[in-house]
Amino acid sequence: MNPASGQDAPLLVAQGLTRLYGTRIGCADVELEVYPGEILAVVGESGSGKSTLLSLLSTELAPSSGRISYRGTDGVMRDLAAFTEAERRLLLRTQWGFVRQNPEQGLRMAVSAGGNVGERLMAVGRRHYGDIRSEATDWLGRVEIAADRIDDDPRSFSGGMRQRLQIARNLVTRPRLVFMDEPTGGLDVSVQARLLDLIRSLVSDLGAAVIIVTHDLAVARLLSHRIMVMRHGSVIEHGLTDQVLDDPAHPYTQLLVASVLAA
Amino acid sequence: MSEMPAITYNFAYLDEQTKRMIRRAILKAIAVPGYQVPFASREMPMPYGWGTGGVQVTAAILGTDDVLKVIDQGSDDTTNAVAIRSFFQATAGVATTTRTQDATVIQTRHRIPEAALSDRQVLVYQVPIPEPLRFLEPRESETRRLHGLADYGLMHVKLYEDISRHGHIATTYAYPVSVAGRYVMDPSPIPKFDNPKMNESAALQLFGAGREQRIYAIPPHTRVVSLDFEDHPFEVQRFAKPCALCGARGVYLDEVILDDRGGRMFVCSDTDFCETRRADGHVGELGVAVPSALAGKDAA
Ligand SMILES: [Zn+2]
Repeated sequence: MNPASGQDAPLLVAQGLTRLYGTRIGCADVELEVYPGEILAVVGESGSGKSTLLSLLSTELAPSSGRISYRGTDGVMRDLAAFTEAERRLLLRTQWGFVRQNPEQGLRMAVSAGGNVGERLMAVGRRHYGDIRSEATDWLGRVEIAADRIDDDPRSFSGGMRQRLQIARNLVTRPRLVFMDEPTGGLDVSVQARLLDLIRSLVSDLGAAVIIVTHDLAVARLLSHRIMVMRHGSVIEHGLTDQVLDDPAHPYTQLLVASVLAA
Repeated sequence: MSEMPAITYNFAYLDEQTKRMIRRAILKAIAVPGYQVPFASREMPMPYGWGTGGVQVTAAILGTDDVLKVIDQGSDDTTNAVAIRSFFQATAGVATTTRTQDATVIQTRHRIPEAALSDRQVLVYQVPIPEPLRFLEPRESETRRLHGLADYGLMHVKLYEDISRHGHIATTYAYPVSVAGRYVMDPSPIPKFDNPKMNESAALQLFGAGREQRIYAIPPHTRVVSLDFEDHPFEVQRFAKPCALCGARGVYLDEVILDDRGGRMFVCSDTDFCETRRADGHVGELGVAVPSALAGKDAA
């Protein structure tokens, strides 16, 4: 691999990615590349395989076949299957992030907001309480949570606040790649719009790449540069978001776009 | 009527096969300092809260020449300490003592003796909950994985929460330690005051948890570090006054209520240490000189 290829080199590459559940197909033969700073939306209905794909890419699920490679900060592309468990976990809490649809799954509900944001810092060896706390305060501010809520635990937070806290908890180590699974699902429409704005500006500031899974084409249009449409476990169409949504080639994508327009 | 046959036990109650199984777990624990080794805990003729883990470890290492001391909260005379001492007197016939310096095996709950231990002594701790990560991660499968990867950020989350709530690290008992730069370990519910005594101790330290079926160890002269933050360093409790009976400073003191009018005094929690000092002529604010012949006598 050529480390000099820099920004033009993909950060994450999946080849022939397949996951079977018994004889049922979770996702089949998916190919994708994600570049630094790029937001890729994976859209589809429930059962389309988009969540399976996200679990595979984030190494939560092992593929039945195919491979995923990741370019480290040293510029070298490595097969994720060759990472040790310790390396994989370090990656997940430093260079990667994962924002879940249900913040209760992505947060420690009995730990204060400051502790939730500070956990990643402590996990990578930071040992100065005052520094950890001021960094947590700073990140709470960036996700529009008042500094005086730092010692409250997320059980006292609204759904939107919990989701913003989960985002701060993930972004505090300035990850290069963030996975998002329906991050605005289950929230009121007005709260959703504000959260999407926040996500867009934060990841743009960090220059992080994002792979976001959503059933909501409006979310994909607002956030993503490129889009992949999945159905029955396979990618049926991909391209630049505006092109795909304005001029869908596949009849199924046309149907999806039409149903959004009709709604 | 014929005479009732005397009930006979194997030496130290446990059968030899069980003792060998426990010794194998102890050897593994010594080889991997701070690592919790599973073992098949046996039913003992006492309830779990009574230190069955420590009792099994003691039973497995005890030899006929050993001299046993048992303490509970620093005292040799609590019900728990007396019961365990009597148990080994009955089942092993070993000599017992209350004097720390005379003991070769010391089984303890909640304290480490004040007097420095030597390389011919073994300290056996009774442990209720061996897993230091349980506070934030209840899943056993996950805590084992975290230990395997030395993934201990959660321990600092716990200390962070302490400081954010109380302004300082409020954990005073069972204060977590890092052993030999590798495993994080729960030192059992001793006061954090005793944590520095674990560090580089000349004595072998063994920990037994009966209900949880775990044994772990600190080999002699092993580095034991209490977890902390750079700006909130680990500190032991300080006491405003010396022991009221023997005048000792820098030891762990218990509060004793003297009367129903609010009278109280602070005295050594380690009763043998206090008595030894008084026998040596040290007298505290409320103490009286003790003739040395009465002090530090062997337990009956
Ligand atoms: Zn004293």
